[in-house]
Amino acid sequence: MIVSEQKPFQQIFDFVKDYNNILVMGCGTCMTVCMAGGENEAGVLSKQLKLAARQENRNIEIEELTLTRQCDREFFDEDATEKINRAEMVLSLGCGVGVQYIVELFPDVIVRPGVNTKFFGANISQGLWSERCAGCGECVLDEYEGICPIARCAKSLMNGPCGGSSHGMCEIDPENTECGGQLIYDRFKRLNKLDKLMEYKPAKNWSTARDGGPRRVAREDMMFDEEKENN
Amino acid sequence: MDKNKTSSNSNLEQVLQSGEFALTGELGPPKSADRNNILEKANYLKGYVDAANITDNQTAIARLSSIASGVICLEQGLEPVVQITTRDRNRLAIQSDVLGAAALGIKNILCLSGDHQSFGNHPAAKNVFDIDSVQLINMLYKMREQQQFECGDMIRNGKKGPVVEPKIFIGAAANPFAEPLDFRVMRLEKKINAGADFIQTQVIYNMERFSRWMEEVRERGLHKKVYILAGVTPLKSAKMAKYMKDNVSGISFTEDIVKRMEEAEDQKAEGRQIALEQIAELKKMEGVHGVHLMAIGGEKSVPGIAEEAGLLPRPDFNKQ
Repeated sequence: MIVSEQKPFQQIFDFVKDYNNILVMGCGTCMTVCMAGGENEAGVLSKQLKLAARQENRNIEIEELTLTRQCDREFFDEDATEKINRAEMVLSLGCGVGVQYIVELFPDVIVRPGVNTKFFGANISQGLWSERCAGCGECVLDEYEGICPIARCAKSLMNGPCGGSSHGMCEIDPENTECGGQLIYDRFKRLNKLDKLMEYKPAKNWSTARDGGPRRVAREDMMFDEEKENN
Repeated sequence: MDKNKTSSNSNLEQVLQSGEFALTGELGPPKSADRNNILEKANYLKGYVDAANITDNQTAIARLSSIASGVICLEQGLEPVVQITTRDRNRLAIQSDVLGAAALGIKNILCLSGDHQSFGNHPAAKNVFDIDSVQLINMLYKMREQQQFECGDMIRNGKKGPVVEPKIFIGAAANPFAEPLDFRVMRLEKKINAGADFIQTQVIYNMERFSRWMEEVRERGLHKKVYILAGVTPLKSAKMAKYMKDNVSGISFTEDIVKRMEEAEDQKAEGRQIALEQIAELKKMEGVHGVHLMAIGGEKSVPGIAEEAGLLPRPDFNKQ
């Protein structure tokens, strides 16, 4: 999933400074699961904003709305459309995709981001998420037995760990970040495939990653006929 | 490691080919445009080492460029080993720099991934890591041996232009002390297979571990495929030893070294003594072809150490 973290309250409060009629929009998928911007967080944040405004002798109107996903047109129903159009400003607790998608659908509406979008990751334990995928566009996990050197090494080294690997940890954050190269080594050792690690991995083609420009996926087999023509 | 033909004509390559025990030094460019800083350091090293490594934004701190510093050294008659990291430049920039370096007379390049920018003075910088150090080695090898860019294009200026490839003696780093320990010789072999001609190792403060690593190197016959220069840095104080032991990843200390430094009356002299003992031991070790003496901020001490270690005079193939 996409993992985010709510922005510092002061920054969010600064966003609403000039607006008295705000819609706080939660997102029901990734942001709910990573507890950065689901229905609960939208509720708590709305109350905090009201309280903080009141301390400055301001009365602000806040509505709340949590869509199943902010990145999918089908969830923007009539009720949502009405609420968004009514608001002076939408504070989206969706990831960066959600914020932009609302802007695309409602070009006249002011939208502000309530979370910092971090990475594609997994929930490791209660309250802890960790990056696993860099979205490079051409998966190499088959070559590394399921551990990604690009996402899990600070330098994305594809031919083994650098000299900064110590006690299984990466030198840039020895308390918290595992050395991806060590993880790959351990995995190959466990599978009795250490000789495979001798294979030279050539320079990667990054054109499928963000380096190739903004990306899109076009599935003609899923499109309606008129969309095919526009595509 | 062809002993009959040189790939670069560099002095360092010829020293190693001749079978002479090599000695390289290190020169860190200044954090300013101060040419004199380089001249001063180069003058300490000139004539006492076969070549000097010029660091490339070492510890991710912005410094005068390694290629520019290398050219200044060349002008002074000190052969540079220009370091190139993959942290700051992508394959386009690196190949362009390698062509430029070669055109300016640089013949040795050491391929590194580079310290992560979070350690330096621009932690907010975007890193590149388009390629890793092994891929960089292979890129230089392909440029030299196949006259091709990474993309496969020939190194020539148009169809009728002459093929003028960079003839670089390709260096790589090896760290016998980093983890996973079992992988370290494999990684060395990967670098050799990718095209490395010579290796400079991490500084040694654990000779036991280094000897074991060399045993593995010899078992795999790698010392016959690559020149190995063992890293030595004279300790300046017990404090420096303790700091490195506790804070620098990929450096290993035996207890007796720290103890010797702590108990010494003159710690600097003791550090120098330890370095001399290490060099004596390395000279006898099969498969070690030389020493890379990294006297950090102590270039001045290099001639004295070289002299006392019995490594002078140095041969000079550039003059012959």
